[in-house]
Amino acid sequence: MTDIADTVNVERVVHGPDRPGTPALEARNLTKHFKVHGGLGRGAGVVHAVEDISLALPRGTVTAVVGESGSGKSTLARMLTQLISPTSGELLLDGEPVRGDAKSRRAYTSRVHLVLQDPFSSLNSVHTVRYHLERPLKLHAGRRLGREELERRVLDLLERVSLTPADNYIDKYPHELSGGQRQRVAIARGLAVEPEVLLADEPVSMLDVSIRLGVLNLLDELREREQLAILYVTHDIASARYLADSIVVMYAGEIVESGDAVRITDAPAHPYTQLLLSAAPDPERAEPPVLRGRGAPPSLVSPPSGCRFHPRCPFAMPVCAEQAPPTLQAPDAESARHVAACWLLDPEHTPTTSAEPDVPQTRHMPSPQRHEDPTDPA
Amino acid sequence: MTQTQTLNPSKATTGREVVLEIRGLDVDYGFGPDAVRAVSGADLTLHRGEVLGLAGESGSGKSTLAYALTRLLRAPGVITGGEVLFHSRPQGADAGPVETVDILAADAKELGRMRWSELAVVFQSAMHALNPVARIDAQLTDVLKAHRRHMSPAERRERAVELLRMVGISADRLRSYPHELSGGMRQRVMIAMSLALEPQVVIMDEPTTALDVVTQREILEELMLLRERLGFAVVFITHDLSLLLELADSIAVMYAGRIVERASAAELFRAPRHPYSLGLKGSFPSLHGERVRMEGIPGAPPSLKSMPSGCAFHPRCKFAVDRCKVDLPPLATPAMDRIDGLPDVSAPTPTQRVSSCWLHDGQQAAPDALALPFPTPVHLPDQVATAPNGDTASGADRVPSSTTVTHPTLGSTS
Repeated sequence: MTDIADTVNVERVVHGPDRPGTPALEARNLTKHFKVHGGLGRGAGVVHAVEDISLALPRGTVTAVVGESGSGKSTLARMLTQLISPTSGELLLDGEPVRGDAKSRRAYTSRVHLVLQDPFSSLNSVHTVRYHLERPLKLHAGRRLGREELERRVLDLLERVSLTPADNYIDKYPHELSGGQRQRVAIARGLAVEPEVLLADEPVSMLDVSIRLGVLNLLDELREREQLAILYVTHDIASARYLADSIVVMYAGEIVESGDAVRITDAPAHPYTQLLLSAAPDPERAEPPVLRGRGAPPSLVSPPSGCRFHPRCPFAMPVCAEQAPPTLQAPDAESARHVAACWLLDPEHTPTTSAEPDVPQTRHMPSPQRHEDPTDPA
Repeated sequence: MTQTQTLNPSKATTGREVVLEIRGLDVDYGFGPDAVRAVSGADLTLHRGEVLGLAGESGSGKSTLAYALTRLLRAPGVITGGEVLFHSRPQGADAGPVETVDILAADAKELGRMRWSELAVVFQSAMHALNPVARIDAQLTDVLKAHRRHMSPAERRERAVELLRMVGISADRLRSYPHELSGGMRQRVMIAMSLALEPQVVIMDEPTTALDVVTQREILEELMLLRERLGFAVVFITHDLSLLLELADSIAVMYAGRIVERASAAELFRAPRHPYSLGLKGSFPSLHGERVRMEGIPGAPPSLKSMPSGCAFHPRCKFAVDRCKVDLPPLATPAMDRIDGLPDVSAPTPTQRVSSCWLHDGQQAAPDALALPFPTPVHLPDQVATAPNGDTASGADRVPSSTTVTHPTLGSTS
């Protein structure tokens, strides 16, 4: 285990499903800092929204990014679409570095597409379904399409998202459709450009409970049938487990754990993932859950030193406040990739030999660590 | 408007005291031919100290019901029928006579007296429910100022501090404006405010939906502790059935303006009787066990303007028979749950489980998925027993039964 940990430690850890070959989209060391004005007399600050994330999205896989609001998951998705440009780091599409000029950016948008959360505002209410789907076809076809071909392609798109019979939907306005149907149109619009990567930012959280699974199952079919690389951004870890191959857990702008979806939810290695799972609604629970690590995510203007989770962590050790933890192999991981950024996984820093620390109170030492926090704003 | 009753108010069979009764409540939006019915014939009984969950999708009428029963409904909403009875027990005197107030008939003065002090509401969006230009202390003490005239400013302030502490906010937040608080803190302030006068009933309309799961869990834990201490009853409205199953004592499931099933949380979880409850339960992916393909519910909830005939759920129901398209099923005790000697279908007791579905009228055997036995027998029937998983919580073994019985397994994708 030490060997694996060491090698992982030295190399840059790429999160996401482990597949042979070049991933459809790869992010290397993506970082985003937003400049903010601190208000009167407070000067300017920097929000450390996303910190050094490397993520690979192979074809035919779904990667779920799970985290609370403010964890940076949407910022990550927007950087991957090039809607916002990273402070540092690079994107590789099919192994080729992505350039920032207007022409390459346009080419990029036809290969990486974003589906937004709210299908009530992402569709234009004065235009029909036909208009929404024809536009990307016309703009990205690279040649003039005949009227018949356009119609054929629009109908085909509607069928691909299971809006059948397609004739019934093509001339409808968004208000005539239900939330689920609208989200399907939004996904169809994404498919119009024949993308290789589909980024879905909370695609079902605005939908009624009973139709969410329909949209999730559609994403599942698109992965299988069209071999898309899908990024599924969500706060709902149960739906991530349902749909995704891999889950990436984000906290305060950093990836704290990633690995096989079932493995992450069955045997979470990072205390934050454990907290998230214990807080999730689960009617199968016999006893009320015990939350270990109350409180709220930190301010990202002056994030905590060391591990950003340490002020909340029930297992925090002195080292956690001093040094950011390396990303280490989780103890249960066999062949599957399952890593977590936590000092508990480092044998040198685990006081007990047990991999499952069960005496949090004795090691909970908030006061000495608090003094080491950089509490001063920039 | 207040009739003081010396005789016992309706008591449940369990002996628990009823605090709020809703009988045949109808709510329309609009007048005349254009009116649409948002809630039809809702019957609910809330016992003292109980958590009653109201589950349903958007447009199912759950929020309308809450607004109607508190008389907060605004035009074009109109209450067109039914009654809401509030059995108020005066504070401090446990054995004192119980006053029954007909909320729908109460005048403004009576309502003004009752609100906050006996019946409080917590809304989903605390940012919108709090006044953005007033400090927290002003908003907290305002309630006391209106209802507790005898309190001095110092006493009110003291009470405000106590209330904030009760929900886990330190006193130095008193001088904050709402925008200076996090979403969770704002919702805590709302809860503190609703409890300021120790009401007997608190109605919560999606109180934690906008919050992160950890914050949601913390607030719910606090709420449950406070309920134990203060003894108020909660009507908890949410679309998140999986949360309700954990939280509530009893649950009413609403669909297209009607209550389609009412049962205890355990009954609903182990053995739902209505196809919609079953489908809703199967719409929440599990955190445990083998990954199986789930189908949710086909189609979408109906618009109130074009309500299907008969049972409103029949177009989406995989068990629908011809009768479902024509006749509206009554909300009655399912045939298999009737106790011998108590065959009275038309008037089930408030605690008896009821479901509005023709499959349970006793004329035919209900589909297996809707006829799971409850209480759960010790020996599980073969077709519902999925492999019990040693490391999951007790009871997890029976969970996927409703979905795995009827849906093919997809297996985990790799």
